[in-house]
Amino acid sequence: MANSSAAFAALADPTRRQVFERLSDGPKAVGELAWGLPVSRPAVSQHLKVLKEAGLVSDHPEGARRVYRIDPQGLGVLRAWLDQFWDAALLAFKAEVEREAEGEGKGTTP
Amino acid sequence: MSLMIKPAPIRKTVSVKATPQRAFEVFTTGIDSWWPRTHKLGSAPLKQAIIEPRPGGRWYEIDEDGAECSWGEVLAWDPPKRLLLAWRIDAEFTFNPDLLTEVVVNFTPEAGGQTRVDFEHRLLENLG
Repeated sequence: MANSSAAFAALADPTRRQVFERLSDGPKAVGELAWGLPVSRPAVSQHLKVLKEAGLVSDHPEGARRVYRIDPQGLGVLRAWLDQFWDAALLAFKAEVEREAEGEGKGTTP
Repeated sequence: MSLMIKPAPIRKTVSVKATPQRAFEVFTTGIDSWWPRTHKLGSAPLKQAIIEPRPGGRWYEIDEDGAECSWGEVLAWDPPKRLLLAWRIDAEFTFNPDLLTEVVVNFTPEAGGQTRVDFEHRLLENLG
């Protein structure tokens, strides 16, 4: 859950989201990602670091440079938090419905 | 936005030992009786979770400090068969009226007086 909160928070920043979206059509190095963005290359590196820590992107060295790509499980992490939440919520809902139904079946309750 | 990877909707099915009418009621007007207390937007503890029982009705929380936080609203109200809610809670866990994700719940009678509850939380790509 800490991981998915981090993913939500990481994508809340518009520039960081832009960096992330640029990776959607394939892996890229920092220079390519920074091109055309209104932020410096070190700033892009910083955004990539946050995205990486949130589990949304991964990186690997390619020759002298480092190439970033979307971690295919990252968006799953984002979704996993909600998935887990609804499991717990629906279980609680079922218990409540059946508790009330049982109470009714017994007639008057004190 | 041009994300190529979209999260799939969350889908769940549960069977409950109750009529669709009762299941629908508990899900909606009775939401406060089952909603996990951990899930709220305000800083104070959650006092009450509320779905107003009509189309366009608010879906919101009231906290112990009296603060109210909206979560979304009722998009379709069709008891005891179907409920469609807008969940407008964004990536920063705040209410965002411009964000739309949808929660759909269908209540179908089953043999033996049970009800099948089909749940879906969709448009999750809007959270990204």
